[in-house]
Amino acid sequence: MTPAIYGILFVILAPVFGGLLAGVDRIVSARMQGRVGPPLLQPFYDLGKLFQKQARQVNPVVEPLLLAHVGFMAVTGAMLLGGTDLIFVAFVFALAALFLVLAAGSVDSPYSFAGAERELIVLLASEPFFILMMAAICKVTGASTYAGVLASPELVAVQLPGVLLAFLLVATIKLRKSPFDISISHHPHQELVSGLTTDMSGRLLAYVELTHWYESALLCAFMVLLFNWSIPLGLLVFAIAYALEVLVDNSTSRAKWQLVLRSTWVATLLFSGGNVLALFLLGR
Amino acid sequence: MSFFSRSPWILHYDGSSCNGCDIEVLACLTPLYDVERFGVVNTGNPKHADILLVTGSVNERNVDIIQNLYRQMPDPKVVVAVGACACSGGIFARAYNIQGGIDKVVPVDVYVPGCAARPESIIDGVVQGIAALEEKRKKTA
Repeated sequence: MTPAIYGILFVILAPVFGGLLAGVDRIVSARMQGRVGPPLLQPFYDLGKLFQKQARQVNPVVEPLLLAHVGFMAVTGAMLLGGTDLIFVAFVFALAALFLVLAAGSVDSPYSFAGAERELIVLLASEPFFILMMAAICKVTGASTYAGVLASPELVAVQLPGVLLAFLLVATIKLRKSPFDISISHHPHQELVSGLTTDMSGRLLAYVELTHWYESALLCAFMVLLFNWSIPLGLLVFAIAYALEVLVDNSTSRAKWQLVLRSTWVATLLFSGGNVLALFLLGR
Repeated sequence: MSFFSRSPWILHYDGSSCNGCDIEVLACLTPLYDVERFGVVNTGNPKHADILLVTGSVNERNVDIIQNLYRQMPDPKVVVAVGACACSGGIFARAYNIQGGIDKVVPVDVYVPGCAARPESIIDGVVQGIAALEEKRKKTA
């Protein structure tokens, strides 16, 4: 199959993967709290309901922005698997995330606006890492596309253990898990009400949820990049990492934005940067 | 196919309740009753909610708040009045600042009696609320 077909398959199948992952997440979280939890397909029921419900348009610009948010996130995955340059993928990934900030910032709700400001902060914390990660992967494997990295004989995670550590930390932001879920949360009664999504209802909220599923699938694809020897290995490590994220989510309270920014920048500079510097000094 | 019966999201508002019913509402979320099994989510946001669950009666200060929350909820939506106070004003009905039950200010679809209402009857009320939600969806669709 040509890479373009993989790209198209991502656009179609990533929501299924992300939705199922969200379903497993909710069941595992419930079991950790001594509850039975919802059915596995609950996230799909929720999405279906949101599409059936009235969407209150607080500002007419919100819907196009959210559609761009979904679209660009799907395109990011399609480009990644379709064989686009990895660093370019990291930039489009950041662009997709930015549309949510614009949508949430364009309404009058102070909660939504504060959520948008915090989302900008977490973007500032996470996006430089992804660019550095992609650059490091390209340097180590000598390839610049997804298929090229998978074909490389070097196991990326062995060469870049610091990047893997930082990835686990930054993934907490992207998966919207506590303690780094400062702009939006899947749990009710946070101090920002629903943060970014406070003024979004009906299908508008469904777009945000759908994008999150694409984002989860993208992170899984990034993990496969780090464990490039085989796709099942990458999926297995992603499953373990996700279980750890759920555990951390259930056992920590939300951090302040200063801690989020500092810890991710320290991880990016110290772990990833140090890792790349060490490889450079070793002459690899 | 309708997804409302599988995914009712609830907004809980405490009027002038003694907190007895509120504790029972929260008990529904605990491991013993675990309403998330049925897809129920306790949202803190009227714009995400399908069911407005009100405990306690209406007083002079919360009239606007209840109406505001109701207006902010997207259609279809239902109101479930939980407990004697939310149904009729209850033991506080004749107090100087009390207007009465929730139906004085917003249309109520389901009345759940009890002082305090038991978690079983609250869940039962929500199930009847879902049926009302389904009716309203059919009318608007």
